[in-house]
Formats: sequence, structure tokens, C-alpha cells
Amino acid sequence: MSVEPAVMASRSAVAQPVRQGGVRINDVVKIYGAKDTGLLAVDHCTFEVPPGEITVCVGPSGCGKTTLLNAIAGFHSITSGSIYLDDEMLCGPGKLKAQPGPDRIVVFQNGALFPWKTNIENVTFGPIMQGVMPRAEADDKARAMMADAGLRGIEHNYPGEISSGVRRRVEIVRALMNNPKILLLDEPYRALDSLTKSVMHEALLEIFYKNRVSIFFITHDLEEAIFLGHKVVIMTTRPCRPKKILDIDIPHPRDYSVLTTKRFREFMEETVAAVHEEAIKAFAAGEKER
Amino acid sequence: MVAAARAISGKLTGFVAGDDFWRGVVAIAAFLIFWEAGSRSHAWFGFSFPWVSQVPAPTAVLQAMFRLVQEPSFWNSTFLSTLRVFEGFFAAMLIGIPLGLAMAVSRTFFGISFPVFEVLRPIPPLAWVPASIIFWPTQELSIAFVTFLGAFFTIVINVIGGARAIDVRYFQAARSMGSSTWDIFRRIILPGTLPSIVVGATVGVGITWAVVVAAEMISGGGSAGSMGGAAGGGLGFFIWNSYVGGSYTQIVAGMISIGIAGYASSAALRKIGNLMTPWLSEN
Ligand SMILES: Nc1ncnc2c1ncn2[C@@H]1O[C@H](COP(=O)(O)OP(=O)(O)O)[C@@H](O)[C@H]1O
Ligand SMILES: [Mg+2]
Repeated sequence: MSVEPAVMASRSAVAQPVRQGGVRINDVVKIYGAKDTGLLAVDHCTFEVPPGEITVCVGPSGCGKTTLLNAIAGFHSITSGSIYLDDEMLCGPGKLKAQPGPDRIVVFQNGALFPWKTNIENVTFGPIMQGVMPRAEADDKARAMMADAGLRGIEHNYPGEISSGVRRRVEIVRALMNNPKILLLDEPYRALDSLTKSVMHEALLEIFYKNRVSIFFITHDLEEAIFLGHKVVIMTTRPCRPKKILDIDIPHPRDYSVLTTKRFREFMEETVAAVHEEAIKAFAAGEKER
Repeated sequence: MVAAARAISGKLTGFVAGDDFWRGVVAIAAFLIFWEAGSRSHAWFGFSFPWVSQVPAPTAVLQAMFRLVQEPSFWNSTFLSTLRVFEGFFAAMLIGIPLGLAMAVSRTFFGISFPVFEVLRPIPPLAWVPASIIFWPTQELSIAFVTFLGAFFTIVINVIGGARAIDVRYFQAARSMGSSTWDIFRRIILPGTLPSIVVGATVGVGITWAVVVAAEMISGGGSAGSMGGAAGGGLGFFIWNSYVGGSYTQIVAGMISIGIAGYASSAALRKIGNLMTPWLSEN
């Protein structure tokens, strides 16, 4: 083990210049509608999304995961509590709604590429809106990033002309073009078949290893959660708050062979009961997502 | 070369030999034969078919049309109606699209304008004819106004519906990526509403043709002094005059002309619409 410390230092400096994009969720409550008669979606929820890691949030449909993510993204207000991005308060006392911004980009549950823009126009949308690069430079960068993600040749197609798996990848590239501190992924692979899903998982990990952007990933698929996450937060049924938080100590980089390991099965066994219990409660309560 | 020629001929056979094509041909031929036989039933079979025997035969109409297309007065009528359709239609687009967008984006404006809009909307455009003749200084303007109304409500309703139906995630994504309110209007709301604008325009122009002809008949039929013969007043006047003059073949020829003009307008708008919304074309 005689690796030169200088080389190691410089490598880690290239891969992760500053670890940023950590989110702290602090005693957050979200009630839809009036405080006393409204619908309690998130109840005194506290947990952390460490910078430079993948944190996966698992919970039954309708438990309040999207609600939480929308609060981080700044799409709606919280009722009380606070949310921090690194040292900056996004929302909290006196400012209950965060300002949406390119430092937190959402990849939506059913995808939100603009259908009237070609794939490359979608990918360059952020930098052009923010005025951080001229169009030609944005085009070059987009082309390079798309090629890197295996998306060569569809630049000038419309999103409606490509498969939903490929659309999801374009959307992630569009997100990365904004240099976000954190990616917020809301069940991005939900509509995909399991084979496509496994390809997408490895592609996402590859993107993560290259960019080391923090990722907050929502799913109701436990296997997906354990496979991707450094940390898995299992949510209670609505109102949602963490029921169990696990550090997944399976080393990164991971690939699909991980699924058959003993450690992976242990994590599954440790959590499947907890998730199942919440799923039954949610089913009994007739929970629906929006 | 050979491959290209084969591809083209393949496409042609694909269309010409397609089942739908032949069904269409057979249906139209059967319709024409029935019509011809019906209207000549007295001469051919010695008894009169009810209703159809009153209608001039297609061959007679064809002869009338052949004569008509050589007459400048017919083209003048067609031109006048077309002009009114365009005036009314463009005015409806010009006012209807911004109005619909404003109603869709502003709650306050919607609250103020929608009730008025909804009270006026069910009034058939033709019910406006008398009032329109009274309010507008010239007959030309009153016909154009009624034509405008025909397309206006359809366009506004489509714009509001289209803009409202834009998925909220597009707005959220655009906001996150740093769009200003103006960017959102220009890059999300406008293109997001465009397909509905195209639908509204295509439907609206059809209504416009229906309305212009009726408005010409009513307003012209009422004021005999301003009729100025068939040459003066558009296809509606033309049909009405043919009726007054007892030329039944010309009535049907005029009707067919309107059908063709309406179809051509809708087809042209659909074509323009397809060019403007390339992301919707199924390749
Ligand atoms: N805008 C809203 N107004 C009222 N209730 C809502 C709204 N959005 C979501 N809800 C409700 O909040 C609960 C949590 O929804 P959501 O966060 O979408 O769940 P999840 O993403 O975990 O499936 C559900 O009961 C849902 O019906
Ligand atoms: Mg959800």
C-alpha cells in the first residue's frame, strides 16, 4: 500500500473540489390548506442529505415525499421548520417558501422536458436562461455532455421522438448543465420496465461518479434505494417523517453484481419489514398521491 | 435513381391502391350516381323521387360551374367573401389570442372578463346581424364584424384551455433554471398554447365561412337597394340572387364553391399549423 499521498490528494481534489450540496431538513411540517383543518403531509421531519452523496428516500405512495422535495426545490412553502442548503437557509422562520434556483434541479416523476424544444435546446435551456454562456458555447458543452451520457445522434430530435428511458437521461443531462449543488430526483424511473431501470441505475451511478453532485432520490422501490444510496431514509406513511435511517456501507463504485451479495440481502431483510408495514398502513388509509 | 423512382411509385400505389382510397372513390361515385338518377328520375323512370328530384343533377351543376368559372362576376363574389373571411378571421386571431392568454395568466382579469365573455358566447353570430348593421357605419364592416364573432369565441376558448392545460412542472422546471416571468411567457406559455391556437384557428375559419355567407344573405336580402346584382356582394349574395332568379343549378354551384373554399382554408391552416408545431408531427 505505497500510494503516493500527493497523487491521492490531487485525484480527490479533481474528483471533488469542494463537497457541497448538503441539505438539512429541520423539524419540517407541511400542512396543505388551513392549519387546523388541512391535510398534514409532513410531520416534524428531520434528516440530512450529506454533501456529495446519494440519499434515497423510500416510502409508500402518497406519504409526502414529493411534498418534501417540492419544499426543497422552492415550488411551495412549508408550514414550519427550516431547510438548509449547506450554510444557506432555503426556507424557515420568516421565509416559508424557498426561492427556486439552478443550484437545486428537479428531475420530475413523469419527466418535464419541454416537448416543443429539441433535446439539445432542452439541455442548453438552463445556461442560456441564466446567461452564463453564449449559445455556441452552451451548444458545444451540451453536445459533449450528451455524447458522454451515450446520447449522441438525438440532439435534434424532439423528446416525443425518443424512448422514455432516453428522455430521462436527457433530463438528467439538462439538470447537470446548470451545475447544480444537488439533484432532486422524484421517482424518475417509476414508469420504466425493470430491465431499462437497471440500465438507468448504472448510468446514473456513472454520472454520479463523474460529477460527484449530491443526489436526493425519491422512490418506493426498496431494492433501487439500497442499490443506489449511501444512505436510505425510510419514511412512515402520511404524515411522513423518517421511520428508519440506514447507512449502506456497500462500497462505491457499485454495479449490478452488488444485488447478489450477502450484505445487500441483509439490508433488504433489515428494511423490507419496515417498508411493508408502512405500505399496509398507507393501503388501509387509501393514500393517493397527486 | 431507380430506388428513388421505386420509392415514389411505391408511395403512389400505397395511396392509390389503399383500401381507404378505394372506399372513398366508391362512396363518392355511388353518391353521384344516386344523385344523378334521383334528379333525373322523372325523365328516366317515369316517376319522381321525393326530394332528390327537386335538386339539379350533378352533370347540370358541373355545366353551371364550368360556365361560372369563366365569369368575372363569380370570381368577384368569391374574392369578396374570401376577403371578408380573412378580415374577420385575422381580427379574431389578433384580438382573441392575446385576450385568451391574458385571461389564462391573470386571475383578476379572468374574474372580470370571463362572465361577460360567457354571456356573449352563446349568442349565435347571426343574431348579431341586425345590431351590427345598426352599429357599424357600412354594410361591409357589419358583415366583417359578424364574421369576426364567428371565429373569435372559438379561438379565445381554445387559447384559454390550451394555456391552462400546460403542465405545472414545465413552469417549475423553467423557474428552477432561472427563467424570468417574460421568459416563461415566451418560452413556455406561448409554445405550450400553440397547438390549441392551431386547433382554434382551424375550427374557427370553418365557422367563419359558415357565418360570412349567411351574413351576406341576411344583410343583402334585407336591403334590396344595396344588392347591386350578383356581382356586388360575395357568395352569399350570389346564392341568394340565384334563388331569386330561379337558377337552381347556380345555387348548388355556389354551395359547392363555398364547400371547396372552406375546405381549402382549413387545409391551409392545418398545413401552416403543422409547420409551426413540428414537435407534434408523428414521423
Ligand atoms: N397541492 C396539494 N394540495 C392538497 N393536498 C396535496 C397536494 N399535493 C399533495 N397533496 C396530498 O399530500 C399527500 C402527500 O402527497 P405527495 O407528497 O405527492 O406523496 P408522495 O410523493 O409520497 O407519493 C397526499 O395525500 C396528497 O394527496
Ligand atoms: Mg410523489
